[in-house]
Amino acid sequence: MRTPRTATDWVHCSVDGRNVRVAAGSSVAAALACGGDGLARTSVSGQPRAPLCGMGICQECRLRVNGQMRLACQIVCENGMHIQTGIAAPTP
Amino acid sequence: MTRDPIQRVAQTTRPGHKRALLIIGAGPAGLSAARAAAQAGWQITVVDDNPAPGGQIWRSGPGAAPQPASRSLQTALAALPHVRLLCGTRVVAAQGAGALLLENAEQAWVQAYDVLILCTGARELMLPFPGWTLPGVTGAGALQALIKSGLPVRGQRIVLAGSGPLLLAAAASAHRAGAHVLRVAEQASAAQIARFTAGLWRWPGKAVQALGLLSMQYRSATHATAALGAQQVEAVHLRQGARDYTLACDRLAVGFGLVPNAELGRLLGCATTQDADGKAVVAVDARQATSLAGVFAAGECTGAGGVERAMAEGRIAGLAATGQAVPQPALAGRARWAAFGNHVAEHFVLAPALRGLARPDTIFCRCEDVVFADVAACRGWTEAKLATRCGMGACQGRVCGAAAQHLWGWQTPSPRPPLIPARVGTLSLMADENPSLTIPPSIDPPCP
Repeated sequence: MRTPRTATDWVHCSVDGRNVRVAAGSSVAAALACGGDGLARTSVSGQPRAPLCGMGICQECRLRVNGQMRLACQIVCENGMHIQTGIAAPTP
Repeated sequence: MTRDPIQRVAQTTRPGHKRALLIIGAGPAGLSAARAAAQAGWQITVVDDNPAPGGQIWRSGPGAAPQPASRSLQTALAALPHVRLLCGTRVVAAQGAGALLLENAEQAWVQAYDVLILCTGARELMLPFPGWTLPGVTGAGALQALIKSGLPVRGQRIVLAGSGPLLLAAAASAHRAGAHVLRVAEQASAAQIARFTAGLWRWPGKAVQALGLLSMQYRSATHATAALGAQQVEAVHLRQGARDYTLACDRLAVGFGLVPNAELGRLLGCATTQDADGKAVVAVDARQATSLAGVFAAGECTGAGGVERAMAEGRIAGLAATGQAVPQPALAGRARWAAFGNHVAEHFVLAPALRGLARPDTIFCRCEDVVFADVAACRGWTEAKLATRCGMGACQGRVCGAAAQHLWGWQTPSPRPPLIPARVGTLSLMADENPSLTIPPSIDPPCP
């Protein structure tokens, strides 16, 4: 991966309230891994789940981005973005 | 505008009206179709659910620079005022004949078309095995896509397992990103791989590519039997011939081949056919036309065959869809790369052992957490859905339905709308008898 050199090469967002810095252009799925354990949601039987297909098919990485249910693998991080996984509090 | 097809034709052929071509998918097939169609002067809209064009193979991001072929197509299209690219946009449903209900992050709208080209690509076949739901287990193409999109893997120990050239490509991506690739486990036998390699002389570029991807960690006749770990994958059990061994790892990427994304075609009513493995693919004729008038299809949704075949099919579809002549060399190119696709499929046939990996308590449907034994006890897909909720979750059976097809030959019925989980506001448009057929002015090409 290209290592960002200047401040504008980085994007700052939050994952479950923690500040996370990622290379500009990174997906929300990448931010989950940069900011912690990479988990996206809790399954119906209570198992932790993380991105599986990486291409918008499996829905395993669904979570809330600025309050909207989205797929982490198909969203590019933006400055100030609030990412809420379904790990801290189970989501439907 | 009305949804009556006769009146629509009358309106769309009136003097001065530009005919509308809608292309679903901005990968190699979709971009090639748009480029070829552009010469006809139609109004062209290309829709893709990813944040940027390129599809999977041309995905770029912090972990991957844009590919030259992709960049050149995108540059050419960006210069054309009558071609519009809408990324981050998904197809939710068909809205009568000649229109699709679309949704992006902000809004939903009905997009009308005179002619449609489906370039919806393929996904990876995921087969259930013990531990496959552990975080850190991904698809093989998935790992490549995630790395390209900025997933940090530097210093991580990665095992890849499954079948086909994609394993080596994904391993190369992981290696370039600083990961330690411990093993590339190919289930095909050494003899199968030798025959595959010996036949590559017909596609010299592919032979060169294969040499460049060679890995010291590559093992034939090897497959993963289980992923181990508490909260995250920590190790993988591998079986090489008769020998079992365990490798500690941080990630396991599994790829069992590709499943054509035929759902939209099936929803529209396009006839499908089965590929060599029995997977449903959108059926097309020599001009890439489907059984449905005015609907064409190109690329992996008509059968997995690689990027060159997808580009060749996309070009032919773009020309034929807009009434342009298809030159003979284009047809010859398609035949050449279709033969390569068949060559791959023939030599990486999945071993029967891969059908027997799941244990009774292995999760089969990841959306509804239905275990293997409960699904295996059913006589078919419909019974499994009704009795266990298998395939009724958010992915709508795209993962477990393909696995059920591979394991038991179960065919899933045509999908029903909505094709994907959509917002309530979007779904309300489905019931609208007279929805607006224009793109809201706020939607301008949002692609980078």
